[in-house]
Amino acid sequence: MFEFFTALTSQAFLQNALLGGILASIGCGLTGSFVVVNRISYMAGGIAHSVLGGMGVAYFFGLNPFAGALIAALLAAVIIGVIKLKWQHQEDTTIGAVWAVGMAIGIIFISKSEGYNTNLMSFLFGNILFISTEQLFIMLILDIITIIFVAAFYKQLVAISFDIEFATVRGINVNLFYLLLLCLIAITVVLLIQVVGLILVIALLTLPAAIAKQYVHSIGLMMLLAAILGVLFTTTGLFISYEPDLPAGATIILVAGVAYLLSSLFKSFIRFKRSSRIKS
Amino acid sequence: MTSIVPEKNLAIEINELNFSFESLLILENINMNIEPGDFVGLVGPNGGGKTTLLKLILGIYKAQSGQVKVFGKPIKNQRKLIGYVPQYANFNSDFPISVQDTVLQGRLGISRSIGRYSRYDKQIAHKVMRETEIDNLAQRSIQSLSGGQMQRVLVARALAAEPEILLLDEPTANIDQRAEKDIFDLFKAINQRMTILIISHDISFVSDYINKVFCLNKTMVCHDSSPVTSDTINTLYGGHISEVHHHH
Repeated sequence: MFEFFTALTSQAFLQNALLGGILASIGCGLTGSFVVVNRISYMAGGIAHSVLGGMGVAYFFGLNPFAGALIAALLAAVIIGVIKLKWQHQEDTTIGAVWAVGMAIGIIFISKSEGYNTNLMSFLFGNILFISTEQLFIMLILDIITIIFVAAFYKQLVAISFDIEFATVRGINVNLFYLLLLCLIAITVVLLIQVVGLILVIALLTLPAAIAKQYVHSIGLMMLLAAILGVLFTTTGLFISYEPDLPAGATIILVAGVAYLLSSLFKSFIRFKRSSRIKS
Repeated sequence: MTSIVPEKNLAIEINELNFSFESLLILENINMNIEPGDFVGLVGPNGGGKTTLLKLILGIYKAQSGQVKVFGKPIKNQRKLIGYVPQYANFNSDFPISVQDTVLQGRLGISRSIGRYSRYDKQIAHKVMRETEIDNLAQRSIQSLSGGQMQRVLVARALAAEPEILLLDEPTANIDQRAEKDIFDLFKAINQRMTILIISHDISFVSDYINKVFCLNKTMVCHDSSPVTSDTINTLYGGHISEVHHHH
C-alpha cells in the first residue's frame, strides 16, 4: 500500500507520471468542458484516432512521434471543421472516414517500422510511466497555449457554444472560432495521449467535464472542477495500478468511469428525493 | 440617447428581395419599409417565411437578389444597431450559464474582443436586467427559469447591445397569456426609444400594440396601407396554403 508513496519520493519516473497527470488534467478541464457542452465528443474522437496516422509517419521516418501527432491532430481538426461548416449533412460520415483513414495510415507505417508491437500498444493505450522530462516540457507548453487562448477568447467560445446564431448576429466570426475550438481539442488530445493513449483519450477528455457539469452552472467553474477531478482520477488511477502492476492508462479511465457512474446515480437520487418531497 | 443615424433613412428598407433554399422559392419579391420608431408586426402562417425574412434582415442568410438596408447601409456595417431575440424553442436550456452571463453576451461585438467583459458591460447588463425585471435572477442558472423568465432574459440580452432596432421572433410562443400581456407592455415601453419588428402568428393579439402590420406568405400579401379584409385573410391563410411547403 505505502510502497507507492515511498517509490514516489525516490523514483523519478513516478514523479514524472504524477506531473504528467496534472499537466494533462489542466487541458482536459479547459477543453473537455467545451467538448461536453457542444456535444462534440464524436468529433473529438475522430481527431484523436486520426492522430495515429501522424505518429506512424513520424515514427517511420525516425522523427518525434508527438510532433507527428500534433500535426495530424491539427490537420484532422481543420478537415473535420471545414466539412462540418460547409456540408453539414455529411458530418458523421466524414468524421468516421477521417477517423479510420488516419488510423489505417498509422498502422501501415508502424507495421513497416522497427519494434512494431510495443510502440503501437503505447500509442494506442499510452504509457504514463515512461513520460520523459522532455515530454513533460512539451505538455507544459501545450497547456500554456491552451490557457492563454481560453483566457483571451473565453466569451467568444462560450457564445458560439451557447447560441451560434446569436454570436453571428453580434458580428463574431463564428467559423473562425469554431475551427480554433477544434484546434484546441487537437492540442488537448495530443496532451492527453501521453497519459492514456489515443483509444482512451475521449473518456479522459469528457468524463471529468461531464461530472463537473452536474454540479456547477458556469463554464469557468466547470473547467476548474473538471481539472481538479482530472488530477484526482489520474493520481488515484496511478496509485491503484502501481502495486498490482496494472496498465496505468486503463486504470485511470476505469476510475473516471466509476466516478461518472456514481455521480450520475447520486444526482438522480437527489432529483428523485426532491420530486417525491414535492409530491407529498 | 442621441441617435448617430441621420433622420432621413428608413430603419429597415427591403427592395425586391427574392430568396430560395435548395431551388425552392421561399420568399418572392419582398418590399418592406419600416420607419424609425415603428412598432411593426410581421404575421402569417407557419412556413410562410417570417423567420427566413428576419434572418435575411439579420444577415444570417443571403438573398439571391434584391437588397436589405438598415438605416441606409447593408447589415454587415450595421450589426451594432440591431438587437435580436430568437425563437425560444430552439434553445439549449441545459447549458451551464447564469442569467447575467447570458445577458452579457449582448455586449459581444461592442465590448473589447480579448479578455473578459468590462465593468461598463456589466453596468449595461444590470440596467437592462432591471428594465426587464430579472435583476433578482442575475446569478441564477438558466436551467432553473420558467418560460416567461427565460423570454425576458433573451430580451435583456438583445437590449444589452443598446440597439436602435429590436427584432423578435415569436417572443410569446411558450408563455401563458398573463405573462404575454406583461411582456407586450414591456415592448411598448421599449418602443419609446427604438424601432421594433415582431413576428407573431396571432394577428388579433399584436394588433393592440403595433402601428404597422405586414402579412407574409411567400410574398407580402398585405401591409398597413391596405385594409385587412376577409379577402386578404383568405389570401394569407387560405388561397396560398397549397403552395406552402413546410420545409424547415
